[in-house]
Amino acid sequence: MTRPITKTVNVPVADGDGERYTLKMGPQHPATHGVLRVDLELDGETIIKCSPHVGYLHRGFDKIAENRTYAQSLILTDRLDYIAAMANNVGYCVAVEKLLGISVPLRAKYIRTIVCEMSRIASHLLWLATHALDIGAMTVFLYCFREREVLLDLFEELCGARLTFSYPRIGGVRQDVTKNFVDVLQRFVADFPMHIEEYETLIDTNRIWLKRTVGIGVLSASEALELGLTGACLRGSGVDYDIRKHRPYDAYDLVDFEVPISDDGDIYARYRCRMEELHQSGRIIQQCIDQLPPGSIISEDAPDLVMPLHGQRKVEAGSSSYGTGLIRLLEEKEHFPVGDIYVSTEVPKGELGFYFISDGSGRPYRMHMRSPSFIHISALPALAEGSMIADLIANIGTLDVVLGECDR
Amino acid sequence: MGEIKESEIQEPALIEIADGVKKIPGINAVLGPLNMLVNWGRAGSIWPMTFGLACCAIEMMDTGASTNDLDRFGIIFRASPRQADLMIVAGTLSKKMAPLLRRVYDQMPEPRYVLAMGSCACSGGVFNSYAVTQGVDTIVPVDVYVPGCPPRPAALMQGLIKMQEKILQEQYRWSLWR
Repeated sequence: MTRPITKTVNVPVADGDGERYTLKMGPQHPATHGVLRVDLELDGETIIKCSPHVGYLHRGFDKIAENRTYAQSLILTDRLDYIAAMANNVGYCVAVEKLLGISVPLRAKYIRTIVCEMSRIASHLLWLATHALDIGAMTVFLYCFREREVLLDLFEELCGARLTFSYPRIGGVRQDVTKNFVDVLQRFVADFPMHIEEYETLIDTNRIWLKRTVGIGVLSASEALELGLTGACLRGSGVDYDIRKHRPYDAYDLVDFEVPISDDGDIYARYRCRMEELHQSGRIIQQCIDQLPPGSIISEDAPDLVMPLHGQRKVEAGSSSYGTGLIRLLEEKEHFPVGDIYVSTEVPKGELGFYFISDGSGRPYRMHMRSPSFIHISALPALAEGSMIADLIANIGTLDVVLGECDR
Repeated sequence: MGEIKESEIQEPALIEIADGVKKIPGINAVLGPLNMLVNWGRAGSIWPMTFGLACCAIEMMDTGASTNDLDRFGIIFRASPRQADLMIVAGTLSKKMAPLLRRVYDQMPEPRYVLAMGSCACSGGVFNSYAVTQGVDTIVPVDVYVPGCPPRPAALMQGLIKMQEKILQEQYRWSLWR
């Protein structure tokens, strides 16, 4: 049963003449985090009606994926949520592994957990940087990018790319971590709480920041659930829902961490949740480094295109070329079960789900992505209507949307 | 105080301080072609407009942020096309967005330049689908292409330096109505 969301809109009438006008914001606007267009109906500076328009970055992921093998579609997931590409890669790989029934070696699970949490830190840092910049705190932007650069350099050492990694593979990961990587990461994690404190010193009790965030964009727990919010947006409203805890994948059930929750449901509460998540991500990485077991990094029966350097694999290195690999994947129909599957993982934005329909061939018959950004944008009218136009920027920022993931 | 004979007055020698630019000694003045002066000014303060579309926008922000500081090139991001000289098209241009890109380009005053950042902006990249334009040069004229998916900040800076070189080589692209 769905019922319409009722929200008490306290509209202060500006001058009483009831003159309304429309304002089209975007798609080329620096504060819309990409190419979001928002049509606003205004009474003075008060938003009466807000309707977001998406699709300006639609690239046809679903359709492209239908013409590619499972291994080839991995590169598309990089470009979904490009701020946390590693978490998307892992989500895709976890889904395909579940479809194919592949078990991942323990070392690979730990490495994936490490890179996922690094991705979460990088994503939250960029969110904090842009959110604060939109509201007016310029310094935070420069501070956040300083730490983010360390993480990007680490990613580059791991797999050679700074933003679009394609590092996890179906059945494991591509390359093993180096000693230098572990050392630098350990130093970073040890120093990181100090940096978080630095950001908090800048804005946590800043009067302007508090004026712009406390009591703005309030969502109750039931409203957030009805809107389908996930991630920090839902946890900021007081709902304890984290897929890492409730349906653990990879090594999340082997490490100890807390899920930060706040009951207030406003922008400041969501900000606090994300800042706490940064602490928890550091904890998870530290535990994973301590517990990192030896062993292989990719499963024996992974239907991946092979990297010649690593491992005893069934497929020879020569068959990693496009043609033979594709033919093999298409011919070995017993490798691929028929049916459909939905697997969701916790990416920094929320719950990212992959839905596959398999007809037994090497390609997905249908691939659908449940992306958190798309769902979060649909919550924008509930947040913005009744508030001032300047708060719209803060409301877009607090939802942490990425249009690449939203439009797909 | 003897009288200065006419033969003792020497022509002040012009000092060549750059290729074709001469300084008159004694006073604060230089002589040189106007092309060079205008191009020097333009190349030293390229103000790009942020046209962040997709993944490359994050690297573009990174280039402007603390580690790779773009301000040292005289490059300051502007949010309005009316104030911009350069449009950095960073990311995939979908067919829905293409008319808007053209409109924003038309709003920019002359002289205007376009830098296509990333494989998608250069040629469509991996997205050979129904929804994506295969390169922004089908919509607007492009001056510099920076390939990569996404290009590193160093690659974008190299592209901007190439843009400066291109601007410095222009001839007679100045007049009152431009």
